[in-house]
Amino acid sequence: MRHLLSAADLDRTEITGIFDLAEEMSLVQGRPVKKLPALRGRTVVNLFFEDSTRTRSSFEIAGKWLSADVINISAKGSSVSKGESLRDTVLTVAAMGVDALVIRHHASGAPWQASHWIDAHVLNAGDGTHEHPTQALLDAFTIRRHLRLSAPDLVSFEGKTVAIVGDITHSRVARSNVLLLTTLGAQVILIAPPTLLPAGVDSWPVLACTDFDEVLPQADIVMMLRVQRERMSGGYFPTPREYTIGYGLTRPRLEAMKPEAAICHPGPMNRGLEISADAADAANSLILDQVAAGVSVRMSVLYELLGGAE
Amino acid sequence: MTDLLIRGADLVGSDRSDLGIRDGHFVEPADLAHGVEELDADGLLALPGLVDLHTHLREPGREDAETVQSGTLAAARGGFTAVLAMANTTPVTDTAEAAQHVAALGARDGYAQVIPVGAVSKGLDGVELAELGLMAWSGARVRVFSDDGHCVSDARLMRRALEYVRAFDGVVAQHAQDPQLAAVSACCHEGEISGKLGLPGWPAAAEASVVARDVQIAELTRSRLHVCHVSCAETVDVIRWAKQRNVNVTAEVAPHHLMLTTTEVLGYDPTYKVNPPLRPNEHVEAVREALADGTIDAVATDHAPHARHDKEHAFAEAAFGMLGLETALAVAVETMINSGLLDWSQLAKRMSIMPAHIARLADQGRPLAVGEPANLVLVDPGARRVIDRNDTASLSRNNPWHGRELPDPVVATIWAGRVTYQRGQ
Repeated sequence: MRHLLSAADLDRTEITGIFDLAEEMSLVQGRPVKKLPALRGRTVVNLFFEDSTRTRSSFEIAGKWLSADVINISAKGSSVSKGESLRDTVLTVAAMGVDALVIRHHASGAPWQASHWIDAHVLNAGDGTHEHPTQALLDAFTIRRHLRLSAPDLVSFEGKTVAIVGDITHSRVARSNVLLLTTLGAQVILIAPPTLLPAGVDSWPVLACTDFDEVLPQADIVMMLRVQRERMSGGYFPTPREYTIGYGLTRPRLEAMKPEAAICHPGPMNRGLEISADAADAANSLILDQVAAGVSVRMSVLYELLGGAE
Repeated sequence: MTDLLIRGADLVGSDRSDLGIRDGHFVEPADLAHGVEELDADGLLALPGLVDLHTHLREPGREDAETVQSGTLAAARGGFTAVLAMANTTPVTDTAEAAQHVAALGARDGYAQVIPVGAVSKGLDGVELAELGLMAWSGARVRVFSDDGHCVSDARLMRRALEYVRAFDGVVAQHAQDPQLAAVSACCHEGEISGKLGLPGWPAAAEASVVARDVQIAELTRSRLHVCHVSCAETVDVIRWAKQRNVNVTAEVAPHHLMLTTTEVLGYDPTYKVNPPLRPNEHVEAVREALADGTIDAVATDHAPHARHDKEHAFAEAAFGMLGLETALAVAVETMINSGLLDWSQLAKRMSIMPAHIARLADQGRPLAVGEPANLVLVDPGARRVIDRNDTASLSRNNPWHGRELPDPVVATIWAGRVTYQRGQ
């Protein structure tokens, strides 16, 4: 694998390979000495044009546990306003001799552009409202672990239904999850008010739906998306109260779920808005498992990109 | 100025003939002295010099991206003998003095006639009228007014501008983009591709709804309205409807909207970022048909040079616009003539005669006849070439045609009797 830019870059075999390796990596997490020598001497730069505590620390820990030298560079603020072009910033960092650039950017497509300009591996850590492939990988990895509790050898997600609920239009998590989960064979249902369903969603390999209650009982996994504060004032829906009643995972909806169904949320959560405390802390909530899986999956991806003989 | 004899050109619509030029005008070849400079036009068509209603020359303000000299040389290489220079320079062309400055730069440095476009509103801010009359009455003789780059979105201001310019036979050229439906961040046609790429959408309705409003204001005020860079089928329908009602409306289409589609944006290459955005194929078909049937009157380049670093940002943050002057005729030939939608005299009407008429340019778009100003372009109808962005007179390289094979029509351009471009020289 040269770069990881999109969840669509991966076929089912590659995804399964990443997951199996992530299972092995997760064993490190339980050890007193959490260090593998796999990427000793390799340099990974987290180049973040947008704030992110979770994703950045997750990549940082993943790199360090693999013994890579990890450097964080915050390039926050528009490069346009600073007068430096994206290309200059990326070339400058790459010129220091890094092996992989983990890029988070507030604008869609920035990691694509970067991958054309430099020789280093590029890993998309979230670009604008476009994609966030490692989030989708850790989500699907968590879901696989959950499903394997009842079917230990499960590989494919055929016959399973994942409902993704919330602001699909502006969600890079939703886009990457749609691509990855459908590659794994799952049926994906997107649920949102019409103002938050993206243009052209009819052409996506999913069901798009505006009625949460209608489809909730079918879901094996219910993935709630964070409502960004600026959408609340942007007129996408009338009030937070109305949103919660229409699209929140409330206690009554918790009870309407299949008994074996599980809950995901990429975080950070708005408790009381898109997800009730009851749902967030429920026994079938996988939310903290997702965070833990993030490190193992990112270790696995970094190893896939950098660990091979070159 | 030396005399010039053009031998054996095919005057489209009539016969082959020789053209004599003296003192900037056509004369009888027999009246030229022996031994004058000759141009062999055997196998070439002679068209009236092209007129571009929509050029960004960037001077004053961004001389690193383009100057009047480099931009008009690019114009000459594209077969143009006149360009209208848009007002969004620094400073904005919103006063008589600023307009006269641009006109003076053209007179000093130009390889084509440079006619300033005046801003509709002061500083292009869409609030107060600029000094439209003073620009019109100045030596720059401004007749076309546009806030291009910004939409005159305030209906009252648009009404006042349309009414006011009637006093001097002016025209308001509208950049139709409802800022509520397509904000400044909008950079991709709203549809399947914008949804997939996560780019802010620019729906066709944001253009067509403004045009629908403006044609009705033009009807109300009996004024002249011109619609810049029509990009979608819905707008075509509105203009067709307005013309049936005899509204005094004209429209232009940019070459890129005649050929390129939204799929170009899939790789996030900002070269293809333009405003209005590239549209899906059904819109491309619609604007071609509209140009063929006269609903759209003119091809106008929207030549928008940008320094390389202004295009090397993330797609959503990069500058809007693409080069157009050197390739406009090539694209028009490929999309309109090679497809059989237009013949050469119809294309000349849309790239010279109509634009000159809309801008009220007395010396442009004229017949190639004795006594007329000698503005013409000699065209090789069959030649082709692969476009190389480095083979240019422009100071910028944001050329969306780089690497594509297109017609290579322009052999020589003559403006006011002077050869401003000749292939291979």
